[in-house]
Amino acid sequence: MYTQSMDTLNKAEAAELKKPVRSAEDVAREERFEARIDAGDFIEAKDWMPEHYRKTLVRQISQHAHSEIVGMLPEGNWITRAPTLKRKSILLAKVQDEGGHGLYLYAAAETLGTSRDEMIRALHAGKAKYSSIFNYPSLTWADIGVIGWLVDGAAIMNQVPLCRCSYAPYARAMVRICREESFHQRQGFDSLLVLMQQGTASQRAMVQDAVDRWWWPSLMMFGPPDANSPNSEQSMRWGIKRISNDALRQKFVDAAAEQAKVLGVTLPDPALKWNEERQSHDFGAIDWEEFWRVVNGDGPCNRERLAGRVKAWDEGAWVREAALAYAGKQTLKEAA
Amino acid sequence: MSQTARPEGIARPAEAEWPLWEVFVRSKAGLDHKHCGSLHAADSAMAIQNARDVYTRRQEGTSIWVVRSDQIVASDPAEKDAYFDPAADKVYRHPTFYRLPKSVDHM
Repeated sequence: MYTQSMDTLNKAEAAELKKPVRSAEDVAREERFEARIDAGDFIEAKDWMPEHYRKTLVRQISQHAHSEIVGMLPEGNWITRAPTLKRKSILLAKVQDEGGHGLYLYAAAETLGTSRDEMIRALHAGKAKYSSIFNYPSLTWADIGVIGWLVDGAAIMNQVPLCRCSYAPYARAMVRICREESFHQRQGFDSLLVLMQQGTASQRAMVQDAVDRWWWPSLMMFGPPDANSPNSEQSMRWGIKRISNDALRQKFVDAAAEQAKVLGVTLPDPALKWNEERQSHDFGAIDWEEFWRVVNGDGPCNRERLAGRVKAWDEGAWVREAALAYAGKQTLKEAA
Repeated sequence: MSQTARPEGIARPAEAEWPLWEVFVRSKAGLDHKHCGSLHAADSAMAIQNARDVYTRRQEGTSIWVVRSDQIVASDPAEKDAYFDPAADKVYRHPTFYRLPKSVDHM
């Protein structure tokens, strides 16, 4: 599902990486690397790459992987309470997909020399980020439909350009993810259509309430405005990022505004209106203070989400150990 | 690293991460197995099972191979030119190198 452009390289790290390259050999290698990027070549795991490129990717891909895994929590919350067997099967399949997407992405990040355990430790220690959207609660069944429609919709908009990312293992994972993902958005919209067209007045009100709560956080998924994304430029230069945060956000607003009409819901933004001259929708100001508050750990569910992940990891420790011990014994038996 | 309580003095095994496996899937009978990704598993049986769950949720395969990643030997990307470029000037290895009269050019 879900990546978020957050540009969270800290200042010390950034300064370290921007130090002038040392040897003539390094300069030559860096030039060759840049030339390959300019030529539109893909970079593979064992190819030489600048340390800054590697770190940027590890950060982005691991954040993306964590988002998939943490993203299973708000939806998993509704599996046992889905209104029909059909909706339960669909939701199970979707949540299973998110787990799979997390695994593709962890594997892609591991090709850069980090380990799965290291990434998980960083998440559990609160050092690694995940998409801010999952720190909002899923309060009603309509939230599940709206997450599919808006949250997955925003994620797809974000992720499609990543299929052309210069780092090939990431691009390949994204191709697979995008192929599987479009059902996620469609099932959400489908579920909302049923509520809006066949539901009672209170079910329709429940959908509108969910839309009101998820709309702004969904817009924040595209990350800070371009003017406040100093590292974006380097990512664009390296072909890690292909389209800017604001351009993607605009595209999403334009698509969602039309879809909302079909659904019969109102998007909670009085400033949202079609601009004939720009051939796009104008929309209101995003509350970036809220965004940073949630990113930095103080959203409605940050503590609960992280505690949920840590608990699952800790309680699974004996299973991981037992499986290894069993494998070790089998190996000994075969050798005997 | 897990925070589970354990008796004092008993250390967690240093290398607690399950080994990495590369997964190859045959999408349908008659085609090659193709590399599709990797995963962690404690042993080969678990690797096959996880591969089915992770890489063939939508009938993408009819057969799976897994191999420990540390068992794969690969060519060195730094020597790519020396390894593969010499073939570039051997155009006579391709059928299109030979110009034949039109009447027999389908050969």
